[in-house]
Amino acid sequence: MAFDGSDPHPPGLAASAVKILIAGGFGVGKTTMVASVSEIPPLRTEELITELSRDVDDLTGVEGKTTTTVALDFGRITVDPQLVLYLFGTPGQDRFWFLWNELAQGAIGAVVLADTRRLDACFPAVDFFESRGIPLVIGVNRFAGAPLYTVEEVRAALDLADVPTMLCDVRDRESCKELLLLLGEHALARVAGAPPRSVLS
Amino acid sequence: MSDRGQTWFDEAAGPLVRPYAVTRGRTRADRPDLQVITLVMALHPMSEIPERGLDPEHLQILSRSLRPISIAEIASELQLPLSVVKILVGDLIGRKLLIFRSAITPDIQVIQAVINGIRRL
Repeated sequence: MAFDGSDPHPPGLAASAVKILIAGGFGVGKTTMVASVSEIPPLRTEELITELSRDVDDLTGVEGKTTTTVALDFGRITVDPQLVLYLFGTPGQDRFWFLWNELAQGAIGAVVLADTRRLDACFPAVDFFESRGIPLVIGVNRFAGAPLYTVEEVRAALDLADVPTMLCDVRDRESCKELLLLLGEHALARVAGAPPRSVLS
Repeated sequence: MSDRGQTWFDEAAGPLVRPYAVTRGRTRADRPDLQVITLVMALHPMSEIPERGLDPEHLQILSRSLRPISIAEIASELQLPLSVVKILVGDLIGRKLLIFRSAITPDIQVIQAVINGIRRL
């Protein structure tokens, strides 16, 4: 992938990239999850989003008051020499990332993190991905001191029978890997045309 | 830059160099195919880059693109909004100084490769 800087004829750009989104309510652990599995410390960037245009490829109107800045934390996993996976999470309590259509387009899928103390905080993200047909799984993050529920109890409370759900600890690398694998298998089943898996672990 | 009787301080006043100044007033990328995870790579070593007509931001992008790098990573390192970086990267592609590889649609092979890659972590 790398090439000698003195080579006047570098090889073509053979690598390409895919993305997975990490979504959920404020303070639910999105950036923590990115950090747990990324090969680099999470990076932060931002985008200017105009509520009027709903088109972030277009800066028209950034002079106006309807512009907001949406931050984005992301990490990277080099899957193989030809394929890089980026994990994107929107930190903070911004409502506006829902205007960011490009971010969702072409994603393998989304992990929606939920907090049992505020289960309803994950609903907007769930609705966003479901309405766009983007594969999603729910990770119920185990916060210290939060009431302990079984997966079945959480799934009943969420009333999302067809969304794979598992308990997780976003600080734990293995737990985050399991969550990403759950999403990967779910996305694979969707692409392959198989019925989505509704229950796992 | 202030409404009547209103003064903006610090972050409320916006960045010192407004993003659309960096792009010379352009607000729209010529290349709608550039995405957040589009990878780019420089076609020439920095010593062979003709600086004429290039802004410092262009050169900063080129110097970071000696290996494949995403638009998102460039934007993060240069602390510029993604839309601005897309416009500048579009300039460099147009001048044949950068090549790019668009994001791919995840098919069965790609998703399987990702699953295998995550298992190996």
